[in-house]
Amino acid sequence: MNEPQDLAALPHAVSTKGLYLDGVSVVFDGFRALNSLSLIVEPGELRAVIGPNGAGKTTMMDCITGKTRPGSGIVRFGDRDLTRMDEASIANLGIGRKFQKPTVFDALTVFENLELALKAPRGPIACLRWVLSGEARSRIEKTMLEIGLTVRAGDLAGLLSHGQRQWLEIGMLLMQDPQLLLVDEPVAGMTDHETEQTAALLVGIAGERSVVVVEHDLEFVKALNSKVTVLHEGSVLSEGSISHVQNDPRVVEVYLGR
Amino acid sequence: MNRRIILLLAVLLLAALPLLNLLPVSNPLHVSDFLVSIIGKWICYAILALALDLAWGYAGILSLGHGAFFALGGYAIGMHLMRLIGPRGAYGHPTLPDFMVFLGYRQLPWFWLGFDWFAFAFAMALIVPGLLALVVGYLAFRSRITGVYLSIITQALTYALMLAFFRNDMGFGGNNGFTDFKELLGMPLANSGTRAILFYASLVSLVLVFLVCARLSVTKYGRVLTAIRDAESRVRFLGYDVTHHKLFVFVLSAMIAGLAGALYVPQVGIINPGEFSPANSIEAVVWVAFGGRGTLVGAVLGAFSVNAIKTWLTSVAPDLWLIVLGCLFIAVPLLLPKGLVGLIRRRKEKP
Repeated sequence: MNEPQDLAALPHAVSTKGLYLDGVSVVFDGFRALNSLSLIVEPGELRAVIGPNGAGKTTMMDCITGKTRPGSGIVRFGDRDLTRMDEASIANLGIGRKFQKPTVFDALTVFENLELALKAPRGPIACLRWVLSGEARSRIEKTMLEIGLTVRAGDLAGLLSHGQRQWLEIGMLLMQDPQLLLVDEPVAGMTDHETEQTAALLVGIAGERSVVVVEHDLEFVKALNSKVTVLHEGSVLSEGSISHVQNDPRVVEVYLGR
Repeated sequence: MNRRIILLLAVLLLAALPLLNLLPVSNPLHVSDFLVSIIGKWICYAILALALDLAWGYAGILSLGHGAFFALGGYAIGMHLMRLIGPRGAYGHPTLPDFMVFLGYRQLPWFWLGFDWFAFAFAMALIVPGLLALVVGYLAFRSRITGVYLSIITQALTYALMLAFFRNDMGFGGNNGFTDFKELLGMPLANSGTRAILFYASLVSLVLVFLVCARLSVTKYGRVLTAIRDAESRVRFLGYDVTHHKLFVFVLSAMIAGLAGALYVPQVGIINPGEFSPANSIEAVVWVAFGGRGTLVGAVLGAFSVNAIKTWLTSVAPDLWLIVLGCLFIAVPLLLPKGLVGLIRRRKEKP
């Protein structure tokens, strides 16, 4: 392996691809939101992260996307140190994030929402001179098909149902051509049918890219059929297949055995 | 299509006013000098309203200090007009404006150099507001100051500039500002032909600014601005540098406001620090809100209609104007959140 110097110096052997968190701690006013959290997500992997409220799931996402700077620890994506980058450059690096509350742009149409997210030069002048190419159009149309919103292309995003907004937001992430997708509680407030569709959508997305799904809904996590990481009080409590995790006595105690 | 015809008719109607002014007073279609000059002013206000709407209506940057950019544009052209007075001033000094002679200046301050050229002064009317917006905007947007905090900063900016321009030793005529202008580009300002030319220059500028804003709003950049207005942090996570985008529109908006001020001052014949008054900037916000923010027609309509009310009220019941302005400030967001344009659209949808 031809590893960069600083990576070779890391305490553990690390692959240069994928997401790598080691010993990450975040303290808010004396509250340890993350307590020496370590996590590795391989390229193309689908990973579910579960844990009770306050386990640090969202803070973990914040650290990866540059919203929060960890007090200590390593956050890397490939060979890039994410703790030194701002949100926009992390997004441009290929890390997309779907927030817990879907935030799509209500005043724009479904098509326009996806167009904004499409990977293209992002400066004011570039946007002024932007002309939608046939290639871009077909990419947007492909994504609309994937998220099942083709018929709503010209509708304002503000008119979509809750589930459709979630899909639109996932679609917007896909437009950015991410290598890593962070998805925060995608099925909160969805009907059972929508939940199933979302699980299928996420499974389909992974493979080409890594996907990290944070979720409360255990049925949904089972449907993902992926490796599961359980967080508790800011660090990893257990990790493995869903059946492994479900049978781990520590997990049962703090989370599943309620 | 229908809308375009109405807009075109409105522009033609405005364009006809200086011509109707030429008719003899006895003719029923005659338009008074007063009306032509006041509509000329409103056209400049409409340009300022477009500038503000671009920043506020599209990008969500509520500036309560846009009057400062307008006034700076006005001061830049005012400096040129002062230089053109030459030896015709009360003190008859060949180069120094009257107030400088009065204050004992020996020579022209360095920052007055170049203002004897129209092109330089006109460029400064755009560049100075643009630069100020660049510096203030950079500091504010980089620190992610948004919403009410940004409004307060812009308000403080115009207030600070007002206090500074009131000082005699700033070199801008203190509280008297500039007046007694004689001519512009070789044309005497008192001449009705010159007034008509200024009127048309303003009207053409209004149409051009309108078209530029309309074009901008349908580009992807326009949609990025809308997105920033509605969910700024989401845009950041999409990988857009929100600071650059806001800065770009803020600077553009300030330059348009400067243009409006530059067209305004030769028509009213005076510029003084009162133009920096925070109340002026707030009034401009009321125009846009009343007309309908986020729509260009609304901004123009708001500037004309609120100023029509103001002109009428200040002649029949001058004491009432500020009360009415205050009421508009409160009532419009409550009763007409989308302004006049929203009202018209609602009417159309429910016939």
